[in-house]
Amino acid sequence: MKIMEFILGHYGYWCAFILMMIGLYGMMMKKNLVKKLIGMNIFQVSIIIFYVGTGVKWGGTVPVLDPNISVANTANYFNPLPHCLMLTAIVVGVATTGVAFSLVISIYKRYNTLDEPELLERMKKDNEPDK
Amino acid sequence: MKIVNYLILTAFAGLMIFASMGMANRGDANAPMNREKSPIGSPGAAHYYIQNSKTDSYTDNMVTVILADWRGYDTLGEETVILTAGLICYLLLRKRKIPHDSER
Amino acid sequence: MTQKDNNPIISLTSRVVSPFIMLFALYVIFHGHYSPGGGFQGGTMLAAAVILVRLAAGREVSQLQFKKSWGTPVGSVGVFIYFFTGLVAMLMGGNYLDYGFLPLGTEPAVTRGWGILFIEIGVGLAVMGILVAIYDDLLEGDPQ
Repeated sequence: MKIMEFILGHYGYWCAFILMMIGLYGMMMKKNLVKKLIGMNIFQVSIIIFYVGTGVKWGGTVPVLDPNISVANTANYFNPLPHCLMLTAIVVGVATTGVAFSLVISIYKRYNTLDEPELLERMKKDNEPDK
Repeated sequence: MKIVNYLILTAFAGLMIFASMGMANRGDANAPMNREKSPIGSPGAAHYYIQNSKTDSYTDNMVTVILADWRGYDTLGEETVILTAGLICYLLLRKRKIPHDSER
Repeated sequence: MTQKDNNPIISLTSRVVSPFIMLFALYVIFHGHYSPGGGFQGGTMLAAAVILVRLAAGREVSQLQFKKSWGTPVGSVGVFIYFFTGLVAMLMGGNYLDYGFLPLGTEPAVTRGWGILFIEIGVGLAVMGILVAIYDDLLEGDPQ
């Protein structure tokens, strides 16, 4: 059945998209600054899972050479290129989270709040001082 | 206002699912990115990397060879990104020696 | 983090376990040729071994293992090792980062294998130094 084959071939991508929507919900709807940062981290992880999932082959093994499995037929090994690109993406995600948290700490030291509408109020009051 | 946010989320999810319908089946060994020649005739990268990792660099792990030998420039740029992030965290959060006077 | 209720069991166990974690991380870096692993993974485990002692045993004790001011210099040394390997390859007559021209005296395929090992050591040192430096900077203003 063609519908069954289509669903079996594509359901892996849809699971990664569900995780992406959870991360986007956290970034848009929550009012706390730290919760928004956690949503951004979930979003990045979902992209990594999606990319690594495109490189599998049924009946293959991890891309480390095994002396018993010949390399002349390349359908025996997974595609190693998405694995390499996603190593870079993981490390960039860690660096972005570190810098974002240090920015949140600086904001808290200056304005003494972590709630976003309250923060906008205090910034507006700071720009136009009361006469 | 919240209805607009939920509508945007659903529209984005629908757009991503529609875009993934044109992709090849997951797990297909004859997908265009796993073949020997790409559809316009240039050599495919993954096929070459799997077959020549032992003869070019005497190493078993294909991912390490791609990261450090065939695509070494990208790893150099990424190390610079890590170093820059560490320096930014130090510059933002050190203690200041001159005390802040907010009103004079 | 209050230091009034300092549990002696957790403090002693973390101090005993931390060198073994560092040894396993060195194994992961050096066996990046033959099994899954490499520079980034080993560097993160080295940073985890240092941060474990900082979390469990307090701040004064953990300065004996890895001082607070060593974080960013170790990271810079790691990037410098990577850069220097590429420059040596260019001075010997090849392109930049072409490991076949390093002056090691073996056939070209084995020389590329040795070049990959130097690169992975540099990457591991850089990742460890910067992760510990980020942790120390985020906790700088904490009164203890």
